[in-house]
Amino acid sequence: MRKWIAITFLLILGFFMLRIAGAFPFGENTWKVARQYVKNVTEEKWWVAEHYVDKGIKENRGSNLVTSIVVNYRGFDTLGEVTVLFLAATALAFLLSSCTCFRKYERIEASLILKTASDTLYPLLILFGAYIFIHGHLTPGGGFQGGTVIASAVMLMLLAHFSFHPNHEVLSVTEGLAGIVFAAIGLAGLIWGRSFLANNILPLGHWNRLFSAGVIPLIYIAIGFKVGSELSGLITDMFKVTKEE
Amino acid sequence: MILEYFMILLLLLMVGLAIYAVETKDLLASVIAAGFVSLVASIVYLYLQAPDVAMTEAAIGAGLTTLIFIIAIRKTERRER
Amino acid sequence: MFFFASSIALILIGLYAVLVKRNIMKMVIGLSIMDTGVNILIISLGFIRGKTAPIINAKDLLVRTSSKVVDPVPQALVLTAIVIGVAVTAAALSIVMLMYSKKKSLEIEEYKELKW
Repeated sequence: MRKWIAITFLLILGFFMLRIAGAFPFGENTWKVARQYVKNVTEEKWWVAEHYVDKGIKENRGSNLVTSIVVNYRGFDTLGEVTVLFLAATALAFLLSSCTCFRKYERIEASLILKTASDTLYPLLILFGAYIFIHGHLTPGGGFQGGTVIASAVMLMLLAHFSFHPNHEVLSVTEGLAGIVFAAIGLAGLIWGRSFLANNILPLGHWNRLFSAGVIPLIYIAIGFKVGSELSGLITDMFKVTKEE
Repeated sequence: MILEYFMILLLLLMVGLAIYAVETKDLLASVIAAGFVSLVASIVYLYLQAPDVAMTEAAIGAGLTTLIFIIAIRKTERRER
Repeated sequence: MFFFASSIALILIGLYAVLVKRNIMKMVIGLSIMDTGVNILIISLGFIRGKTAPIINAKDLLVRTSSKVVDPVPQALVLTAIVIGVAVTAAALSIVMLMYSKKKSLEIEEYKELKW
């Protein structure tokens, strides 16, 4: 009974969602579509996305426009998002610390293949993660992806070795320092530049080079360290919940 | 054109896997199917010209989320009554 | 159009799991599927046929860029939304584990304290 009521409700909801989505033509330029509905727009006025795309290289010199938007144009948004991530990790650690009793299970020793492979892959994966977030302004990828790759390296070691335990002090100090670096770069923009997170406090350099794009690589490296240490700590917390018999 | 038909096939696979993930009684199979939905979604992002999002989805949706679910299932129970 | 339809189907399937299923873990799985559906919907709204990814690594992309690349703003939004999604899922799962440690059951009918 409850199931059929829910299905009817969902079908009605889906019908209206499809009607709304059908108003947008798939695969066409939504900027031009939006322009039809807004009156009194001359061609010289830039729409926000067009400004990001057309002036992004001139203003930021980062090849990857998504990185320019995430770190610079909407950097304040990203700062809040990193804070949400931190809050979620803290809430998880707090909740799990009050968890005492769990189902008992036998820990099976990992096989030789898993142990050897994860020992070999662990430094390489961390190197790959660092590569991803250092080159965040040139190639696809960046701090979030690189941090996740580092966290999965830690996860692999946790699966393979029972005694492996990342140092919690080091993780939290890294996380805090990375957050402070992000906020400090923003404040430096407020002092020496024109606004919070302004990108004119460092020389911009040439387009498509490693040392370019002003503060964008610095901020993305900080985000990489922060996300990597945070997710590693989160996985370790979930893995190592103490059970008392 | 052939790529577009392939994408339609992948989207159908994704919807089918999502239905399987919701309907199966074995929670572990359900979690693996949900991770597979994320993996197919990352291929779809690649077709939609979003390589950044495809990387994030492949690393987080298919890797980390599945592992977190598996840890939680190991600490609780595997069968749905 | 097919992209919109299947992402809306994913959202509805996730919502169905949240509304109907009695297992708490299934509800969290439904939330995660719904997350994927919303992300695909937003990305496919920004897609423009025949244009390339917003990574300017060739000389000929430097002039009149806005007629050659897809919309980068939805991609930036979804990039952060995915990372938030994993943190929220982890927090939800820790609540599930805490609930299980109290009553040894994943069924939602066992938890009657808030019912009156």
